[in-house]
Amino acid sequence: MGEDTDTRKINHSFLRDHSYVTEADIISTVEFNHTGELLATGDKGGRVVIFQREPESKNAPHSQGEYDVYSTFQSHEPEFDYLKSLEIEEKINKIKWLPQQNAAHSLLSTNDKTIKLWKITERDKRPEGYNLKDEEGKLKDLSTVTSLQVPVLKPMDLMVEVSPRRIFANGHTYHINSISVNSDCETYMSADDLRINLWHLAITDRSFNIVDIKPANMEDLTEVITASEFHPHHCNLFVYSSSKGSLRLCDMRAAALCDKHSKLFEEPEDPSNRSFFSEIISSVSDVKFSHSGRYMLTRDYLTVKVWDLNMEARPIETYQVHDYLRSKLCSLYENDCIFDKFECAWNGSDSVIMTGAYNNFFRMFDRNTKRDVTLEASRESSKPRAVLKPRRVCVGGKRRRDDISVDSLDFTKKILHTAWHPAENIIAIARSPPQIIKWT
Amino acid sequence: MFARGLKRKCVGHEEDVEGALAGLKTVSSYSLQRQSLLDMSLVKLQLCHMLVEPNLCRSVLIANTVRQIQEEMTQDGTWRAVAPQAAGRAPLDRLVSTEILCRAAWEQEGACPAPGLGDGHTQGPVSDLCPVTSAQAPRHPQSSVWEMDGPRENRGSFHKSLDQIFETLETKNPSCMEELFSDVDSPYYDLDTVLTGMMGGARPGPCEGLEGLAPATPGPSASCKSDLGELDHVVEILVET
Repeated sequence: MGEDTDTRKINHSFLRDHSYVTEADIISTVEFNHTGELLATGDKGGRVVIFQREPESKNAPHSQGEYDVYSTFQSHEPEFDYLKSLEIEEKINKIKWLPQQNAAHSLLSTNDKTIKLWKITERDKRPEGYNLKDEEGKLKDLSTVTSLQVPVLKPMDLMVEVSPRRIFANGHTYHINSISVNSDCETYMSADDLRINLWHLAITDRSFNIVDIKPANMEDLTEVITASEFHPHHCNLFVYSSSKGSLRLCDMRAAALCDKHSKLFEEPEDPSNRSFFSEIISSVSDVKFSHSGRYMLTRDYLTVKVWDLNMEARPIETYQVHDYLRSKLCSLYENDCIFDKFECAWNGSDSVIMTGAYNNFFRMFDRNTKRDVTLEASRESSKPRAVLKPRRVCVGGKRRRDDISVDSLDFTKKILHTAWHPAENIIAIARSPPQIIKWT
Repeated sequence: MFARGLKRKCVGHEEDVEGALAGLKTVSSYSLQRQSLLDMSLVKLQLCHMLVEPNLCRSVLIANTVRQIQEEMTQDGTWRAVAPQAAGRAPLDRLVSTEILCRAAWEQEGACPAPGLGDGHTQGPVSDLCPVTSAQAPRHPQSSVWEMDGPRENRGSFHKSLDQIFETLETKNPSCMEELFSDVDSPYYDLDTVLTGMMGGARPGPCEGLEGLAPATPGPSASCKSDLGELDHVVEILVET
């Protein structure tokens, strides 16, 4: 990784062929499956689009394994809660893949209130040679049937079929912000602003409440749950983050209701940086365990932090994402940007972390070399073999050519959702259209 | 910019009258900024999209910010009785544009004249409520009509209005906006007063602004009643959005 002189050689990037982008097309979540072969995106219109990586073949030497659309389906529809006279948005908040256990792929997708389990299967053969039906399916005139034949399976054009297998509804009063599949592959959890529920993947009419931070008096409410995740290896451990910037690691073996945390991770406030916005910018918008399970990555408004599960007092690493915004917090509060929830991601080896920012920028931090880079997910970078040039934001003082000044950042262009391939240097950026970038 | 150290340092640095005035200016600009932030936060809490449930996390964070400001104002003892001379002033200077919060008050020239509160109602309510009057602000440091009495009552009544907001969020009553405003007359009226600065002149001494949110306070004085017509109008705009 490098800064100015070292430019990223992008071997490929892929974009969906849309000449226009509507509000409903806005991507709200991206997620690679466990092998990286499939990438699922959810959008504001309740649709899920799955991309599949083409196998790199010798026949097509230029093919570097592009991602093409594999399947598109409508996961959630807008609903109306008649009791409260409120709309329930169909926007897909999160998608999580289940580990693959047979030929089919399964994923969980959720909007604010309902989680659905979808099964994706392929059909590339069909039976031909029925005795009683002809090719179009019409019944044959029996008098014309003189001999019996055994139907055979003949290849056909690949058909991808998606069906909803489970619908987990009515589990949440508040808006679901995260779902996480347990390493036991049998259970998963869903978290809303005040509660976390544990579900069994096969049971839809029952869920167990494992965390409840709703105060007896709503007047006393000062903290909400912002994100949660199961530990990648220990099926009894999970973490949830709060709007006050704390992380709580909970052990489900300790009690049925995990209101008492096993560990509380909280960094003491820096008194010199204190302002009325301190709490808001400390609110954790995303938490991710490392692949190793040893560390956690958190994102708050201005930084990403790496925590060691063995040390609760403070993070072991802190990286500034866009510290130049610190003096603009009031404007960002006024236009609500300060409430934007950015996600973060680890690479496959846990050596590099990535997160999005404004102006279609996204940032990567190498934990080993301590170098970082800012890149832009723009239309130019979406062409195949584009070279992505590192960007710089200047805060006044010397301004180099191609630098962007803080005041000309476009705060409407935000990269909130990003995902990293589990093994390779391929990342997915949630833009409309979505962008998949691979480099060597 | 809201670091506590800032205002004390400034007062210490400068010398004599200029120093004192500069200190007062800083203090006043800080108070104005803080007040403006408070106003903005209250507006944010009130103006929700009521077709879709409001974002609870955002509401909680804004409410916590409001609490912080209110606690600091209480600690600072800025909940003081208003000085009679200041009381007579046009209260519009309280409604400082939030631009001020991101630039030093002295750098900024008054951007645009404050529209009359009855005028310009074709604009959005927020622009009605926050005209830019920065040019006036530094000149009258003690003009903050927000200074009022009775911190304890403030806190109670203040929390009461926050409670209302949270209860509303919880029950997600479809007529939430109306409920917020109509359920108890005084808070709605007084909150609105706070935002439009109509209470400014006539009441010497007694609690105003945020403190006026206490539902138990006696009915508004005659001078305030005369402003009700305009108030209704502004509230209409708030409710419609």
